[in-house]
Amino acid sequence: MEIIVCIKQVPGTSEVEVDPETGVLKREGIDSKMNPYDLYALETAMRIKEQNGAKVSVVSMGPPQASVIIEEAFMMGADEGILLSDRKFAGADVLATAYTISQGLKALGNPDIIICGKQTTDGDTAQVGPEVAEFLGIPHIANVKKVIEVKDKSITVEMDMAHTVEIAEMQYPCLITVEKDVGQPRLPSFRLKLETKGRKIPILSLKDFPDKDEKKYGLNGSPTRVLRIFSPEANTDRETWRGSSDELSQKLARKLQELKFV
Amino acid sequence: MARIVVNQSLVTSPEELMKLCPFGAMEWDNEYLTINAACKMCQICVKKGPEGVFTCEIDEEAPAIDKGKWRGIAVYVDHLEGDIHPVTLELVGKAKEMAAKINHPFYCVFMGTNIKDKANLLLNYGIDEVFVYDDPELKHFRIEPYTAVMEDFINKIKPTIVLVGATSIGRSLAPRVAARFRTGLTADCTVLDVDENTDLAQIRPAFGGNIMAHIYTPNNRPQFATVRYKVFSAPEIDCEAKGKVTVCDIAKEKLASGIKVLEVRMKEKVKSIEDAEVIVVAGSAVKKAEDLEMVKQLADKLGGMVGVTRPLIEAGLADPRLQIGLSGRTVKPKLIITCGVAGAIQFVAGMDKSDYIVAINTDENAPIFNVAHYAIVGDMFEIIPKLIQQLDAKANAAATKSVC
Repeated sequence: MEIIVCIKQVPGTSEVEVDPETGVLKREGIDSKMNPYDLYALETAMRIKEQNGAKVSVVSMGPPQASVIIEEAFMMGADEGILLSDRKFAGADVLATAYTISQGLKALGNPDIIICGKQTTDGDTAQVGPEVAEFLGIPHIANVKKVIEVKDKSITVEMDMAHTVEIAEMQYPCLITVEKDVGQPRLPSFRLKLETKGRKIPILSLKDFPDKDEKKYGLNGSPTRVLRIFSPEANTDRETWRGSSDELSQKLARKLQELKFV
Repeated sequence: MARIVVNQSLVTSPEELMKLCPFGAMEWDNEYLTINAACKMCQICVKKGPEGVFTCEIDEEAPAIDKGKWRGIAVYVDHLEGDIHPVTLELVGKAKEMAAKINHPFYCVFMGTNIKDKANLLLNYGIDEVFVYDDPELKHFRIEPYTAVMEDFINKIKPTIVLVGATSIGRSLAPRVAARFRTGLTADCTVLDVDENTDLAQIRPAFGGNIMAHIYTPNNRPQFATVRYKVFSAPEIDCEAKGKVTVCDIAKEKLASGIKVLEVRMKEKVKSIEDAEVIVVAGSAVKKAEDLEMVKQLADKLGGMVGVTRPLIEAGLADPRLQIGLSGRTVKPKLIITCGVAGAIQFVAGMDKSDYIVAINTDENAPIFNVAHYAIVGDMFEIIPKLIQQLDAKANAAATKSVC
């Protein structure tokens, strides 16, 4: 069985602000990490590997420095990993990103299961997984809470549907996006860390893809455009209260009473 | 191909120029300044950098599509066994408002099993036409048949805009359909408006930071947007239903699926935070279970629920269902009191439509104060215990009074 996990490098912090004078984005400390939700996707894959035997590969799309999260995945037990990186991918929106990943997956082979984290912490859209499945022409189930059974030709999962929990069986090849409920991600192993040292991570670029049409990638392949970015407007009818904690608590208690919340 | 081109002869202080890029996409090798794959084509370097250093080159523009061929605004009807999710009505209200602006009709697309009667109810909101796909294969949400129905509907009606609630189903279905039509989709929009040329103005927090972005889809149709529950308001019921219900057929083979739903269990009904009228939120200042307990006490006194921010979920202190923000729930209570919450935009976008926002934070410059109606500069660990005492005292006084 072959499993591919899609992972992404995200900023370590979400503290981004617009400089009020220059209008330039300020990003304090550009440290990065693996998208936390992807750790659960990896964990899901590792558990299937342990119980059923499988080869687990990871794929990421990003700048060359994103290869560090692939190393991290090796330390958690992933067997293979590739990075999709090309300046021609720059400025990709959800559609172009999903198309790029689907092309990378096609170049890699024929996995039985593709596993994605539920969403990323930098985009928060949860859309790339389903779009990848569409480009590959395979079924998907989002918000998987639990893998119940892995069979030769299908996987049975429990999915979270807001008011219901559904159990469904899905034929391979297929894609799932997983919730945190699937289980606590393992820590990187020291032994694997030593083995990972100096391991070269292959990079695929546009020339390695089945579809080399530049119009489908990066900004060109993105139907959406960012017209402008701006800081959220501050509320103008605001009262600011300062004082001792006694004063402040009394003032708030009175206000809550006045507004009829007590 | 669109790309940023660096005019190397004008590069005088590469370190300064590299600071322009919020994504760290510039590299300096002591000779050339280059842009790497981290570039998001935000063009901030072009706009804010010294003149001529950075330029954006676009090779050829795609031929312009005929936007006039796409008419109408459609809303996907989210439901469970015919019970329509309230986000649907909120979107109907927005669709109606935008349709009036560009003088287009507005529609609903409703798929499931035995739902025809429910479709009639929707007409009370002034919808021009409700398209119903009623088939036993559509009983459960399964991605391939649902996508096929959306595809059939869009090909038939050619709506310019499709709005989908950002529910479990919507977040799975909308991207799938958008990819099928190779068009744009903007998730979790907080503001929507439509231009005269039918371009949808979509505003949402972006780049994972304290930034809002106005996103549009200039040359593709339909335009897809998802919106969360409690972002817009549901419309009033129109007295007069003037629209009609149209039952559509779709070929059985299009409804084939590799998914078999084996069991559907109703979840235990827990009061969801979206339905709470009062919410007290514990932010990252809360680091231990006992501190969270103090926040819970205050929520109990006010008959409300506790909400939390993402760091508390990451620390395992609270149930993820209590998380407010883009990676959690969107709420619109009558009162929200945030305690020790800094106010990252991904959080604020999930609560800034609340009626009264009270924020307690020691940092006078915390961004949460930008949306607060009552900005309380102080230490939650001192204020909350005292506030609880005050509220108890008032309750006791009231009780004594009523006994007399």
